Amino acid sequence: MSAEPAEGTKVPKICIRNLKVFFGNVQSLNNITLDIMRQEILSIIGPAGSGKTTFLRTLNRLNDLSPSFRSEGQVLLDGEDIYHPSYDPVALRKRVSMVFALPVALPMSIYDNVVYGPTLSGAPKKAKLDELVEKSLKAAFLWDEVKDRLKTSALRLSGGQQQRLCLARVLALEPEVILLDEPCSGLDPISTAKIEEALVALKQDYTIVLVTNNSKQAARISDRVAFFLMGELVECGSAIQIFTVPKDTRTADFVTGRFG
Amino acid sequence: MSQKSETVVYYVLQFIALSAMGSLLLIALFILKEGFPFILEEGPSKFLFSSTWEPAKEHFGIFPMLVGSVWVTFGALVVGGPLGVAGAIYLVEFTPKGLMRIIKPVIELLAGIPSVVYGFMGVAVLAPLIRTYIGGPGLSVLAASLILGIMILPTVMSISMDALNSVPPSYKEGSLALGATRWQTQYMVVLKAAKSGILASIILGMGRAIGETMAVIMVAGNAVKIPNSVLDSVRTLTANIALEMGYATGRHRQALFATGVVLFLVIMMLNSFAMWSLKERRKK
Amino acid sequence: MRIPPRVAQTVARVVLGAATFFTVAVLIFIIGHVLVKGIPVLSFRFLFSNPEDMGRAGGIFPTLVGSVLLPAVALVFAVPLGIGTAVFLTEYTRESKITAAIRFGADCLAGIPSIIFGLFGFIFFVTVLRMGWCILSGGLTLAMMVLPTIIRTTEEAIRAVPYAYREVSFSLGATRWRTVWRVVLPNALPGIVTGIILSLGRSIGETAAVIFTAGSSLRMPSSLFDSVRTMSVHFYILAREGISSENAYGTAAVLVLAVLMVNGISYWLMHQFMKRFS
Repeated sequence: MSAEPAEGTKVPKICIRNLKVFFGNVQSLNNITLDIMRQEILSIIGPAGSGKTTFLRTLNRLNDLSPSFRSEGQVLLDGEDIYHPSYDPVALRKRVSMVFALPVALPMSIYDNVVYGPTLSGAPKKAKLDELVEKSLKAAFLWDEVKDRLKTSALRLSGGQQQRLCLARVLALEPEVILLDEPCSGLDPISTAKIEEALVALKQDYTIVLVTNNSKQAARISDRVAFFLMGELVECGSAIQIFTVPKDTRTADFVTGRFG
Repeated sequence: MSQKSETVVYYVLQFIALSAMGSLLLIALFILKEGFPFILEEGPSKFLFSSTWEPAKEHFGIFPMLVGSVWVTFGALVVGGPLGVAGAIYLVEFTPKGLMRIIKPVIELLAGIPSVVYGFMGVAVLAPLIRTYIGGPGLSVLAASLILGIMILPTVMSISMDALNSVPPSYKEGSLALGATRWQTQYMVVLKAAKSGILASIILGMGRAIGETMAVIMVAGNAVKIPNSVLDSVRTLTANIALEMGYATGRHRQALFATGVVLFLVIMMLNSFAMWSLKERRKK
Repeated sequence: MRIPPRVAQTVARVVLGAATFFTVAVLIFIIGHVLVKGIPVLSFRFLFSNPEDMGRAGGIFPTLVGSVLLPAVALVFAVPLGIGTAVFLTEYTRESKITAAIRFGADCLAGIPSIIFGLFGFIFFVTVLRMGWCILSGGLTLAMMVLPTIIRTTEEAIRAVPYAYREVSFSLGATRWRTVWRVVLPNALPGIVTGIILSLGRSIGETAAVIFTAGSSLRMPSSLFDSVRTMSVHFYILAREGISSENAYGTAAVLVLAVLMVNGISYWLMHQFMKRFS
């Protein structure tokens, strides 16, 4: 089933057409068709094992790292099929970047974490990097807390700070799409609020796809919400519609907490 | 662009990765090429089972050395096997963590002492003791077995410890919960589960004992005759090669390479068996 | 009559404990004996002057140089090959027939006795390649010998690096090689260095493989194509031919101290490495 675009946007950023995903003989996603718009936050909700994370990892081809992965259907980024054999997944991941569920700061300094992506291809000038670090950390609402200790190990940061560092690290790549996989699952309410605040601010410049276990969070910050169940897309619509007048009874059961 | 350089990296690394197997093949090829034709010429049964080794008279029978290697290796296992396995059990099951932190590195250091130093200890300390208190020339099967037994301890111990450590704790807990003492648990459950790993440790120790050269040359006495008792002097296959390689030429040198072929094949068989038995364990 | 379980437990504990402490005591005795007899011989002159009269008098300087050069040559060859192999096995392939064959090769190589390496080095490097008894022949032979150790330890170190680090690196647009170079290898470094140092210790102590490939000349080498005598070969010759028991103990003490130091460093590094990822 297809989803109607949110009001005011025209061309979708990512079009998913009849996507099927298999790991070995197990099918994880069945026939997903969905458009993701520019300048929106799309939240993906659903019970554990519904294929949310698999779907997210399909969008920047991280599933390729798993030997048994296989997909059918199309994922079009700006009209180009990212699963076309000639498509370079490395270049893709710079445009479509991911923040993981657990904050994983690489064991290096805060500064080096942020510039890790940008310095992979060639070495930009130091001044430019400094500027990039400041900009990214500010956008992730972390700058004030770490500006005096950029050269210390990122592993010394708290969990919430590390997750914002992961966000800053992604922003430093200046991607077009940001994927977030339950970014607040291990965080306290204050850190969660800071991440949410950052995401809402970032919406102006990026396309954001957020997998979350927290329906309240989805309701708070997303424009549209997609509900996944057992590898299928049940329903996708505006946040208000999904949480107040869901069309499908399964969605209704889930958002009212009757199962999952 | 990046995909292309990735492909280059892949092939370079694959080429490098063949180095270990390449080395093995190269060694096998050259040892066999130098020694195998000689065995065929001389006749395998004559070469292996004739007791006369007189290179000057063109008599090349390695039977005394074969027997010597078997005696010494068996002796080393009698000394090092039980000690090593016992030590491993004690360290894994009965040693408090703090003490383990001291003992384990000490045992790993044992593995690092050069074999010539062990050999020298045999000559300087052990052989005189045997000569004085037990009899015989001192440099003997007994001395070689004791020294080799100590030398294989680290191998036997560390691999046995790995095997014991990899027994799932639930086995132990299950047994202890049924009211068994630690030792009963150890004896009935853990040792059985770790059996193939312990076997592998002993076989690998055996491989090390057969292959050891310098220490054995120093303590075994090196007489080319079949020993009658553990107090007799004895020469092993490895010692035979190392002692005469320095001056051997022509057929004599070929005979030494042929000795190397026998040694190589025995070791490969032992190691394959040990690897197979470790793999069996992993499968379970 | 059945032995009561408690008694059996106590007996087992005492017997096993005795076996363990016997082992430790033997080690301490060996090291202690060599050091007590050897250290009084040591002096600046002993270490840094040339031997005289076949080693009966004088120092051990050329053999000290040999014991530095030979392992150095070995590591120059074995380290890149070993690390490359380990990276290939862990990061670049899935388990297959090829990886099984490579691992089998490395395991077999690890089990081959040093005298066989000596024979091979003699026939291949010294004779067929006409390099003669020299540092390079000996170093290359040693390199083949320590290669499996380096592969094994590097593999283990690489596997200890959390998978999440790689995932993050890939998700930020790094290629596989970039990920290996910037994230995997730096984090595996202490473990890799441990393996290298262990190999160093093994090459310093090796005798059988060296004596037939590097020779036993007591002169100071002037190039990699000169024959050289290492400390362990020197010690073997002094002890076996009964040239000088005093100098033999002195050389043995240097040898043991060097190996103890090297293994101590590697043990400490390993400890640091384990702490980091636990």
